[in-house]
Amino acid sequence: MTSPATARVDPVTIEIGGTAINIRTADFQFHRLLLERYSGFVTRSRSQQLELEIELSDPAHTADLDKDLQLAVQDKDWLIQRGDFRACWNPATGRGCVHQPSSPYAIDSILRIIHTLILAGRGGFLLHAASAIRCGHASLFAGISGAGKTTITRLAPPDTTLLTDEISYVIRKDGEYFACGTPFSGELARAGENVSAPIKTLFLLHKGPRNRIESVSQIEAVRSLLRNILFFAADAELVSRVFESACEFVSQVRVSRLTFFPDERVWNIIG
Amino acid sequence: MKEGFFISEKYIARSSAIAARLVGGEMMIMSAADSTFFTLNEVGTAIWQAADGQTPLAEIVAARICAEFEVGLSEAQQDTEEFVTELAEHGILRVSDQPIAEASPLPAQTA
Repeated sequence: MTSPATARVDPVTIEIGGTAINIRTADFQFHRLLLERYSGFVTRSRSQQLELEIELSDPAHTADLDKDLQLAVQDKDWLIQRGDFRACWNPATGRGCVHQPSSPYAIDSILRIIHTLILAGRGGFLLHAASAIRCGHASLFAGISGAGKTTITRLAPPDTTLLTDEISYVIRKDGEYFACGTPFSGELARAGENVSAPIKTLFLLHKGPRNRIESVSQIEAVRSLLRNILFFAADAELVSRVFESACEFVSQVRVSRLTFFPDERVWNIIG
Repeated sequence: MKEGFFISEKYIARSSAIAARLVGGEMMIMSAADSTFFTLNEVGTAIWQAADGQTPLAEIVAARICAEFEVGLSEAQQDTEEFVTELAEHGILRVSDQPIAEASPLPAQTA
């Protein structure tokens, strides 16, 4: 019989937006945590793909739990550090390592950051936005905390498929933009569906006394989009790519301001 | 005008550490160094487009700003100095007393 200490643990492959990352851990409990937390996004492991090696550390040994996120590029590696984890990611090899406690919050943040880096090279991005599919098209609802991302998803009609109430995953495929479901949830505490659809409209959310949709200029659209895209100013090339992606997105996708009163009638004008 | 800044002796060049797009006649510029985002109006866009590192700033003001936007020379010089100083502080424009060898190419325009 193989003892638990030496038994082999298969990697957990988490696929978001068509990008799969093998996550390796030797810890059975953490392995189980990954399978449960990302259940809708776990897929069959493949060779020759992106890989993260997790080494669990005792949280008591972490020097400063309140330390803010820091990113730096050293040689060809991205060094990512926060109070509760430190990670290294090489975009060229698609491999990295993470030192973190056995907590879902650290791996969640690391996955968001790595997907941000991957998407930047492909013309996509992660956006502070809720997103949902209805009638075959995706709508995005962007806004800062409190703007109504979770509220708008709670008000959605039953024939709506939720992609996320917190972080939208935007990819560019054959020149068209698609929104993909993510396991990254906000107040709703519910992962999105693992499906995708072409994006029809990006709504900039505002709460108000009545429901209305207004057009915004391209410049205002780019400015608002950049305010909500997750990216890191540590790398000049990355900043340029994100800027180009935002401009390109706005040139192809309708961006409107959605002022809404929080009841279900708002979905009559969203469509 | 601030002491030490003489438009007649200056050359300006678009920095390479930026990302820029022309949209609807206005230039959007993002500093790659600190992610500061600028939108230039028509006058600012004209100065930016003329910032090739080779044309003296005084010539840009006289030939592009005063001539095209019907602004008096004194007012144009003062506004240009403030504009150039601010953009230089964010690393978006390079300023020199000598011609500057390379300016970043002009960006594409969105549809």
